[in-house]
Amino acid sequence: MGKTKVRKMLFILSKATIENVYAAFIMANGARMEGIESEIFFTFFGLEAIQKKKLEHLRVATVGNPAMHIPTMLGGLPGMEALATKMMKKEMEKLDMPPVGEFLEILSDSGCRLWACKLAVDMFHLKKEDLIDEVEDIITIGDFYARADQENTHLLFI
Amino acid sequence: MIITIKQVDIKVNDEGYLTDFSQWTKEIGEELAKENDIEMTDKHWEVISWIQEQVAANKPLSIRGIKKSGVIDIKQFYALFPGGPLKVSTKIAGVPKPKSCI
Repeated sequence: MGKTKVRKMLFILSKATIENVYAAFIMANGARMEGIESEIFFTFFGLEAIQKKKLEHLRVATVGNPAMHIPTMLGGLPGMEALATKMMKKEMEKLDMPPVGEFLEILSDSGCRLWACKLAVDMFHLKKEDLIDEVEDIITIGDFYARADQENTHLLFI
Repeated sequence: MIITIKQVDIKVNDEGYLTDFSQWTKEIGEELAKENDIEMTDKHWEVISWIQEQVAANKPLSIRGIKKSGVIDIKQFYALFPGGPLKVSTKIAGVPKPKSCI
């Protein structure tokens, strides 16, 4: 316990595309599995990942993403995002990657603490009830910095 | 690398994981647990047996797998094996460190 030099990893998730959400989740979970404390602060579009009604409907971006290797004009056609998302989810399931809702449960059970950004919550007119129960509280960026104010802590913006 | 536990020479890798499972005994597991400041209970052993069964059956270990195991839930797993539960429990179980990212 506490043998790692890095003690705490704090993630700020500001995006709702599947690849960004999973990047944050996998790193936060990976930290816990190495005995490192971890927390995620969901802000701006990142809030979609903790909204009960939205979290299972996140998508991969097919427009403005050269790594998709789909011409931008085609990427914008109706149904393209849904199709690409479906394909990606299939690949993820093959690797035993949990869906977003289950992943959030795993994170919470693993001791990863989840926070929602107050400013973004106000901006999108959300209430605590719109968010999953695993979210501990709605806090300000100042509160989050206070959580980072320890030695051997890293902050990562996604 | 060779380490000596209870007067027995045990083959381990650089990270201290047994490289020959046939050398594993409960006493060795108990000593490896002590090195990680863990006092083994019946529940600990239940988890260790489950892990060994999974490895014997060639099933990959993951935290999601723990959730589905029916032996223990994730919260309890973290509480029993603090400091990276899969890493610590597999070391005690005498099996390789899992390569999974999840």
